[in-house]
Amino acid sequence: MKVLNFRRVAIVLTLVWLGLFVLVPHVLVVLTSVMSPDPQHLAVWPVTLASWERLFEPVYAEVFWRSLWLSTLTTAICLVLGYPFAYIVAKLPGVWRGVLLFLMIVPFWTNSLIRTYAIKLILGNKGLVNAALLGAGLVDEPLQLLYTPFAVVFGLVYVLLPFMVLPLVSSFDKLDGTLLEAARDLGAAFWARFRLIIVPLTMPGIIAGSLMVFLPAMGMFYVADLLGGAKNLLLGNIIKNQFLVVRDWPFGAAFSVALIVIMAGLLWLYFLANQRINRQGGLDDEGL
Amino acid sequence: MKVFKWSFIAAIFAYLYLPIGILVINSFNASKYGYEWKGFTLEWYAKLWENEALTQAFLNSLLIASLAATAATIIGTLMALALHRYRFPLKATASSLLFIVMMSPDIVLAITFLIIFIALGIQLGFWSLLIAHITFCLPFVVITVYAQLKGFDKYLLEAAQDLGASESRIFRLIILPLVFPAIVAGWLLSFTLSLDDVIISSFVTGSSFEILPIRVFSMVKVGVSPEVNVLATLLLAISLLLVTFSTLLLRKKYTHD
Repeated sequence: MKVLNFRRVAIVLTLVWLGLFVLVPHVLVVLTSVMSPDPQHLAVWPVTLASWERLFEPVYAEVFWRSLWLSTLTTAICLVLGYPFAYIVAKLPGVWRGVLLFLMIVPFWTNSLIRTYAIKLILGNKGLVNAALLGAGLVDEPLQLLYTPFAVVFGLVYVLLPFMVLPLVSSFDKLDGTLLEAARDLGAAFWARFRLIIVPLTMPGIIAGSLMVFLPAMGMFYVADLLGGAKNLLLGNIIKNQFLVVRDWPFGAAFSVALIVIMAGLLWLYFLANQRINRQGGLDDEGL
Repeated sequence: MKVFKWSFIAAIFAYLYLPIGILVINSFNASKYGYEWKGFTLEWYAKLWENEALTQAFLNSLLIASLAATAATIIGTLMALALHRYRFPLKATASSLLFIVMMSPDIVLAITFLIIFIALGIQLGFWSLLIAHITFCLPFVVITVYAQLKGFDKYLLEAAQDLGASESRIFRLIILPLVFPAIVAGWLLSFTLSLDDVIISSFVTGSSFEILPIRVFSMVKVGVSPEVNVLATLLLAISLLLVTFSTLLLRKKYTHD
């Protein structure tokens, strides 16, 4: 057998690439977060928890909470818009479904930064919304929409909505229509069917979608930069600032690890929900 | 109910397409700031031609996106194959790592990439951008190809194996043609994600190699020039052509069989 056979190439490539560019870097981030900052070498020994303590300083804690709040709001809005949207799309006949899902992807090709800049033209004082409001005589002077938390959430929902919709569509695909028919035949009203069948069975999609909106939302520094102004910073702005401007890598890393910890918690919830659904599915199969 | 349904869909798409519509319209708008329509012009298209820094960044973006998509597709297909067909130590770890890449917010990935490039002494620029883009595209290729692999008849592969075909021959003659649609889909998805990225690129970029979002970001504070609208329009057109072309290609190939 040749030393360089196909199987070996595939396995070694998988392990080396993921080890070198995913596993080791994540370990290094955690390590960096407990090292001491150094202007020249970025991070040096000895081990210290100083960066972690600084996370709790009021200035940073405030950004952290604001970021958490704006992300939660963004996730909630994406869910409220995305859930019915995904339901409708998933139920459409094949061609339409494909076309609509394709149309969700098209905006990505213009780069999200450029699109976010275009939102500025919509929300600005001379922008589209204000022009319409002034033109209709609903307001006398332009509303301050830009550089507010509203603008940040508007931009975040805009950039992240597809990430909520796509996992939801695939979980609606898996939803067994006969269950809903059975419930209807047995006299369950829409609300009961929705609450007792649709929501629990699409829970993995809800959680996956929320995860793919909530976590990235906290990091979207460019949305906050363009639409939020100096007062509406996100966690991502602090991390970027610490890494690229102030060059306090341990402090920036501590923030990132905090984000990873939140992610781990949410992923755990996701697995629990998945497990529950699969167990229920198993029971159903046995029942049949 | 039906009216309500379609107006809801239309409203969502209006939201998603309004900013893009503005970009496209403003690329032909004589007004420099784009707040009002001042007549049709192709001036910005001509100006873009002279703006060397911007066209270079645009070409660099396309170069990174196509190289990263191609490499991610090759590596991702091999990974999907390894995860589907072979048993090896740390297999479960490998799948979890792919899952982590898919779920991690960009900002976290950006930092992990920056730290490893500095630790390995890789200069920030072309290579760092390429490696980072390949890595964040990988999981999407792997799940697309893996799903297709799971769908087809495994006896086909066993038969080939029993008849003495080598692994690389099985791959070339059976697996590759069967998963080809998934490979195309994975490539397009990677290309899309790479073009769209801002956060990861901002961390791993260097002055030696500038890509479009970084160039645009540096203009944001002073005002973005109208040529950027032109670029956005061109990106949209190029991508649409690419997708139309690949759809036609696939359709021809698979209705032919």
